[in-house]
Amino acid sequence: MTDVFLSMKNISKRYVGVQALDGVDFEIRKGEIHCLVGENGSGKSTLIKIISGAVAPDDSSEIMIDGQPFQNYQAIDSIHKGIEVIYQDLSLFPNLPVAENIALSQLISEGDRLINWKDTQSIAEKAMARIGVKIPLDALVEEIAIADQQLVAICRALTSDVKLLIMDEPTSSLTKKEVDALFEVVKDMQSHGIATLFVSHKLNEVLQIAERVTVLRDGKIVGTFPSNELDDEKMTMLMTGKKVEYTKYLAEIQGERPLLEVKNLSKRGNFKDISFRIYPGEILGITGLLGSGRTELALALFGVNPADSGEILFDGGQVKIRFIQDATRLGISYVPENRLVQGLIMPQPVHKNLILTILSKLLNRLGLIDSHKMQDSVQKWVNELAIKVPSLDSPVQTLSGGNQQRVVLAKWIATAPKILILDGPTIGIDVAAKSAIHEIIRNLAKEGIAILLISDEVPEVFQNCNRILVMHKGRFIAEYDAAQTSIEEIQNLINLSS
Amino acid sequence: MKKFFSRHEAYVLMVIVILSIIITLINPSFFTLENLFDLFKSYSYLGIFAIGVLFVLISGGIDISFSAIATVAMYAMAVYLIRFGGNIFLTFLIPAVIGIGLGMINASIIYFFNIPSIITTIATLNIYYGILVVLSGGKWLYGLPDWFRQFAELRAFTLTNAEGGQYGLSIITVMWFVILLIAWLILHYTLLGRGIYAMGGSPPSAKRAGFNILFQQMFVYAFMGLMAGIAGMVHAMLVQTVAPNAIVGKELDVIAAVVLGGASLTGGTGTIFGTILGIALIAILSNGMTLMRIPSFWYNVIIGLVVIISVSFSVYRRRQREKQTILVEVE
Repeated sequence: MTDVFLSMKNISKRYVGVQALDGVDFEIRKGEIHCLVGENGSGKSTLIKIISGAVAPDDSSEIMIDGQPFQNYQAIDSIHKGIEVIYQDLSLFPNLPVAENIALSQLISEGDRLINWKDTQSIAEKAMARIGVKIPLDALVEEIAIADQQLVAICRALTSDVKLLIMDEPTSSLTKKEVDALFEVVKDMQSHGIATLFVSHKLNEVLQIAERVTVLRDGKIVGTFPSNELDDEKMTMLMTGKKVEYTKYLAEIQGERPLLEVKNLSKRGNFKDISFRIYPGEILGITGLLGSGRTELALALFGVNPADSGEILFDGGQVKIRFIQDATRLGISYVPENRLVQGLIMPQPVHKNLILTILSKLLNRLGLIDSHKMQDSVQKWVNELAIKVPSLDSPVQTLSGGNQQRVVLAKWIATAPKILILDGPTIGIDVAAKSAIHEIIRNLAKEGIAILLISDEVPEVFQNCNRILVMHKGRFIAEYDAAQTSIEEIQNLINLSS
Repeated sequence: MKKFFSRHEAYVLMVIVILSIIITLINPSFFTLENLFDLFKSYSYLGIFAIGVLFVLISGGIDISFSAIATVAMYAMAVYLIRFGGNIFLTFLIPAVIGIGLGMINASIIYFFNIPSIITTIATLNIYYGILVVLSGGKWLYGLPDWFRQFAELRAFTLTNAEGGQYGLSIITVMWFVILLIAWLILHYTLLGRGIYAMGGSPPSAKRAGFNILFQQMFVYAFMGLMAGIAGMVHAMLVQTVAPNAIVGKELDVIAAVVLGGASLTGGTGTIFGTILGIALIAILSNGMTLMRIPSFWYNVIIGLVVIISVSFSVYRRRQREKQTILVEVE
């Protein structure tokens, strides 16, 4: 048992009304790369918080680190024992320079009252040298790229005598290249005897890096498996408890004339020579890595980030889209990539979020909002998209990711769009909710709406789209007919180009 | 050098230089050592407030109540001086202790009841000031001891002007400079100072990094209170009478000056140098208007305009820079 670094037995945590964790046994070996997976609400984040000492488990729980039992486990204990957590938000200080961000925690733990700027610099340089990266030390963290910010967070963890590094969804905003670089760093740390615990949604990445995978479901451990015994499908089944069948779907194109045609659309530093057509009832996929320009293109079509040059034809007639109002007038709706920031007003109740886009249709003769019309319309969408809410008055932030995404979708579908642009519609939602969203998308296409589905997940576009455009460095580099290609073919092209 | 010109402070400095040139062209007596020393002296109490406000703004909070704290501190000190004649030590100590105490009350309410700092300090402004008015009946205090007047007129060095009048670097200005230096050292060279920046930049990160948020919060508001107490005492030295309504109402001027100097109301940014420039700009505007014989009613209008123009210019520059950054490397 000497090779076990962290051992947790019978970990339970009960919040008011919710059993977040129920008798979980969990262990991490020294220097191992371990992955923790599970759907939303399965208890992953609670488990991490307990490991980091941010949340106290219920009384029956036992925690042993390095063979030493712990009681009244606190955040400071975990830090002293060499456990560092990099949260999804990275916990950096955007207003401070890189060097200080890296060095601060060491300065705090050493209890120095005064700051020696030379020491600060050298601490930062040493940490960077350990993983062989170079980031300008005096740049403010808010000015550097997300991938670099992540490295800053790792460097900060490395300034202490870290034995276990926990990373919560570390790859969600990284490009493929950056993910590979990150994994190199993790493997390098492993050679120094540092264990890493990944928490991730992205199953293929999990399998690429982890030695062992622990699956959580509904607050209980399903099991810990060597990663070579798992594949995507099996892991999905373990996470959801049921077999999710992916089916391929080809929407039926309704009409001869393209609803939207784009010719040579360009914007400096965003995208170049973009041309495509989309027909009513069609689902057109755009895929490509993060930073390929796909979101910038979507924003151009929605008038947020207008193009510099090129033509847009709507239903055969030439149009200009310079403002969001131009786009909505044409019947173009856009569901943004980041629903938390751009799509929803989190503290507001479900019904207030739902009606935001259709306020003008709900007015009575006095120009005020008609509460009956509002109730009817809200009820209709909640039923139609099967949004699970405790009450229409519950704030959106209390819903699960899948239900939040349905609220965003409903909000835009309610405008009766002709073209619906979906940017990463299933980011951060679990497998079961994902297929439900796909079902909604397919049904919308059946009604004759043209759907532009933007996603970095190749299987997602492959399974839902008629045609797939691959974007790279601001250009379309390939077009595939979904009936005559395969996930591998598209994935290979993307991997090759990066 | 290039870096300096991309900073907010550079614009404020530019505005100050241009304004000074204009004012001097209209009235040459603006750009004299005598006027300069006089400005330094009479704005030192606002300058001391500004240091406290800077700390609070960097930490991500705001304090509106400092004018009331200063008034209470100043009044208590004056009552003591008039009744007991007083000594220099207690004259400093009384306003300092009152300031720190009232500041810590602010911090406690904000921290333990989790009430936004702006609401808390608007409320405590009214409470502190209200209690003082009730207890004092709004009475002005005269007849401060002679030694107090003489102390206020001390100078580090003295010069004589053409008419034979004496002027020089006042001890009050020296006090302000010393406080500025201490504040700069705290912000730049102590873990506490960096923790205040960290807390303002990202409160949850600061907590996770292991900063003692309660202590830092207490320190920031207590420091603001201390500054308010000292500023109250300095104000009494400057005018040699104590009126309950003399300082209340200056809050927004001070906050405007600190924001002009580049501190952000959302926390995490701001420098001592910028704050000095912000106060200087406000001082020069006000003094310049008098020298240019512009009716003082315009003062508020002009201060408001300067704040808007200066802040929007720096936001505009930042947006320009963001526009120039390339999102996608298009081949």
